[in-house]
Formats: sequence, structure tokens, C-alpha cells
Amino acid sequence: MIDIGLGHYLTLGAVIFSIGVIGIFLNRKNIIVILMSIELILLAVNINLVAFSIYLGDLAGQVFTLFILTVAAAEAAIGLAIIVVYFRNSGTIRVEEIDNLKG
Amino acid sequence: MENLNLILPEIFISLSIMFLLILGVFKNDSSKITFNLSLFAILITTIIIINETFSVTRETLFNESVVIDSMSSLMKIITLIGGFLVLVISSTYLKTFKIYNIEYPVLVLSSILGMMVMISSNDLIVFYMGLELQSLALYVLATYNRDQLKSSEAGLKYFVLSALSSGLLLYGCSLVYGFSGSTNFDIISNQLNSEEYVLTFGIVFILVGLAFKISAVPFHMWAPDVYEGSPTTVTLFFTIVPKVAALTVFIRFLYVPFLNLIDQWQMIIVFLSIASMVFGAVAAIGQTNIKRLIAYSSIGHVGYTLAGLATASNEGIQSSIIYISIYVVMNLALFSCLLMLRRKDQYYEDIDDLSGLSKNHPLLSLCLLLILFSLAGIPPLAGFFAKFYIFKAVLEQSMYFLAIIGLLSTVVAAFYYLRIIKIMYFDKEKDKYDTDHSLWLKFSLTVSTILILLYFIFPSQLVEVVSRINII
Repeated sequence: MIDIGLGHYLTLGAVIFSIGVIGIFLNRKNIIVILMSIELILLAVNINLVAFSIYLGDLAGQVFTLFILTVAAAEAAIGLAIIVVYFRNSGTIRVEEIDNLKG
Repeated sequence: MENLNLILPEIFISLSIMFLLILGVFKNDSSKITFNLSLFAILITTIIIINETFSVTRETLFNESVVIDSMSSLMKIITLIGGFLVLVISSTYLKTFKIYNIEYPVLVLSSILGMMVMISSNDLIVFYMGLELQSLALYVLATYNRDQLKSSEAGLKYFVLSALSSGLLLYGCSLVYGFSGSTNFDIISNQLNSEEYVLTFGIVFILVGLAFKISAVPFHMWAPDVYEGSPTTVTLFFTIVPKVAALTVFIRFLYVPFLNLIDQWQMIIVFLSIASMVFGAVAAIGQTNIKRLIAYSSIGHVGYTLAGLATASNEGIQSSIIYISIYVVMNLALFSCLLMLRRKDQYYEDIDDLSGLSKNHPLLSLCLLLILFSLAGIPPLAGFFAKFYIFKAVLEQSMYFLAIIGLLSTVVAAFYYLRIIKIMYFDKEKDKYDTDHSLWLKFSLTVSTILILLYFIFPSQLVEVVSRINII
């Protein structure tokens, strides 16, 4: 058995973070997937912060995590509301069809 | 006991937001009174700042997580004045589109509150909360004209890219926290040394996130779309107010926690600055929509403010702050002109709509001429002095390359400003626009144009206020 140390948590955080960022840029289908990717990014940050907090023996990281969770909930609510408004106007939420503004 | 008077402005503005929300729920047809009360709240907040904190050199509150200094007071006042003028000139526009609701002033106030928290932050957590309060309100503002496809698309794009940039910024924050052991800027500053290469990652992530917020190239792609799609008054808000807050945060991050790592970030800032100046100048040339053109022009202006930051000297920071103040005034004037292009409840925002404007509206075109000359940086208007201070600070640090690129892109940028003037004065005239503008719109255009025109008589006033800001 190997010991699970800070490095493992940071690697996990980095992997989830990369999946989130790649998910935003490679996704050509659905905006909901982008919303999920944003959540993944924030959760990766949370893993990082909690790992650092335990490792440093400092509570500030865990407090920060709680704040991020709260803000992520608010952000998801506003994001979904904006998607609903957009869907009402255009009838689609496919990413490649969101191109009315360009120049 | 903490001296709570120092954060009285924030306390007052948050109480006003809650009061206005309750008023809006319980009173019918309360949009007008909400607008007026929110203006009143902004005025009182400004007065509180001038009375309580303007003379404070540096005080910290709440375990040093909030800092009140001369920079924060000045930037808060600029933010509040910007927000006030945006609100007063919005009402005609909003009524035309039938979106004159109570939510608008409340959202503007909450994003201003977020910016004030950001400006005063001395701690990663406080900074993040302020940033998100500001962004959440701005997402909704961009989508404010919710029956219009363009506005909702602008909101959607802004939401996705801004949330992504917040994520990058947070990831950087988590790394910086992990390798310095604290979220406080001052402690981070003492703990950081350039040996930890992982820290460079953290700094890069934070800078990328901030560059998104201030729309510096290569993280500018949201700006033109969002500026074009949002309602014009919201575009005005986007152009002036969040930039002031983002610039302050930029200064705080670079010169408090990351001051010792100057070798790592200086090249990044120089790159961001050069890329923004050049791209802003070149990409604006082919635009036909005025709001889109303003987006590119503001990207260029952000490049000049970043050039001041790259110098790592007090003069550089001061010149950036002067630049952003003059930029706020110039854009306020430009948007007041844009909001005057109205004919029978329809607003016009293409450059072609300006053609022959001078024949029907000589005074308006003269104002626009002055504003565009000032944006292009032609002496003796205010925009020239703004650029002059920046170049002076840059040259004092012997960064000749940056200065040369800056000057060259000024020349390129002058082209598209002068093209608008040519269209206004020498092209075929179109129908007359309405002239029954609201008093506030005329007021803001007059005052800002006079400020631009007569700045050269009293240049020392602004310089004197700004020279009290010593960060390093």
C-alpha cells in the first residue's frame, strides 16, 4: 500500500481541473455540459484547497472552500436562468448555433 | 474594536440594496422611486467615502483582510461616479425598450458593492467574494434585455467565459495559498520567494484570470460580443466601471503579494500590454458597429494602462490610474453621444448611421469630434496627457521597446478614429435624429466634453490626488 500524500491530491485536482477546461473548449454540443465543466473546475479548486489546508494545518483553506461552494451554487443558478432565457429566444442551446454576434 | 467607520460605505450600500429590494417587492410601480433612491444612495456613499476615508493613508480591518488606503478611496469614488452617471443616463434607453424595472438599479448597486469589496481587498477570500458579487450582477445585467436574442446571447457568452476565468483565477489562488500558507496578501508577500517554481504557475493562473476580467489580449474574445449584444447603457457600464476595479485589483496583486517575484510577472505584463495595444488598434479598423468598435478601442486602452503597470514604479502605477480616470470620462462622453442617436424610439449604433451628422447636428458632431480626437491622443485634449504620462513613466524605466510599440499603435488607432470623423463630416447626410434628450444625458455629455477639452488648463489637480498613491 502506498501512502496517499499531498502530491496525490494535487494531481487529482490538476486532472479534474484539466478535464473541466478541456470540456469547455472541446465541447461542441450542449451548453449544459459547459456548466458541468465549470462546476468541475471549481470542485478541483476545492480539492486543492482542502488538501493544502490539511497539509498546512491552517483552517483558512477550508473556509475558502465553503465560500466557493456557496458561490458555485449561485453561479449555477444564474447560469441556468441565462440558458433558459437564451433558449426561449433562439429555440436551441447547441453550442455551434450560438453565433448571432460576430464580426 | 475595529474602526467600522472605514467600511461604512460598503455597509451603507449593502443596506440600501436590501431596502430597495424590499421596496420593490411591496410597492407597485416602484421603478422610478427605486432609480431615484439608488442615485441618492450612491451620492451618500460617495460623501461617506470623502468624509471618512479620503484622508486615511493606510488602515487595515478584520485581521488585515480589508485595506483602506488612498488608492482604494480614489478608485471607489471613480467607480461610484461612473455608476451614478450610468444610472442617470440609462432611464430613457430603458423606457424605450420597456425594461425600466427595479432590478436594474439594484443590480448596478450590487455590482458596485462587489467592486468596492474587490478594491479594498487584502485577502484572497475577500477578493474572491467581491469579484463574484460583481460578476454575478454583471451576468444578469448583460442579459437584461431578455426578450432580445442578442442580449441573451451576450449574457450567455459573458457567463461562460467569465466563469471560466474565475475558475482559472481560483486555481491560481489555491496554489498561492498552498505554497505561502496564508490567504493574506501581506503574509503571502513575505512568504513568497522566487525559488518555488510552482508559484509561477499560481501567478500565471491568477494573471490570466485578471486579464480576462480586464479584457486584455489574448483573453479578450468575450469583449466585442458582449459589448455589442448588451443593452447600450449596460455596455457603457461594462466599458468603464469594472475596468477601474479590475485595474485596482491588478495593481494590488502585482505590487503586494507578488512584488518579490517581479522577474516572473514583468514579462507577462509587457506581453499582455503590447498584444492589447497592437490588437486593439488593428482589429478595430474593419468594424461597422460602434459598440463593437468601442470594445476593440477599450482593449487598446487597457494595453496602455498595463504598460504603466509593467514599469514596476510608483510613477507607472500613478500614470495608469490617471489613464483609467481619463478613459472613464472619455467613454462616458462617447456613449452619451451614442445614446443621442435616436429616431422615433429606435437607437442607431452603426458607424454608417453617423454619416453626415455634422449637417443636421453640428454641436453633437463637434463634441464627438473632440472625444474621438481625445481617444486618439491628439494634443491638447485629455487623452493626449493620459498617454503622455504613461510613456513618460515607461521611458523613465528605459523600456524603449514597449514605448515604441505603444506609439506605433497609437498611430494605427488614430486611423479608425479619424475615419469616423471623416464619415461624420464629409459623407452624405441622413435623416435628422430626435433632439429631445433627457437633461442628464445632455449634462453628462457637456460636462465630460468640457473636462476633456479643458483638462490641459488644470492638469495638476488630478496628478496631485493620484500622487498620494504610493504602493511600493
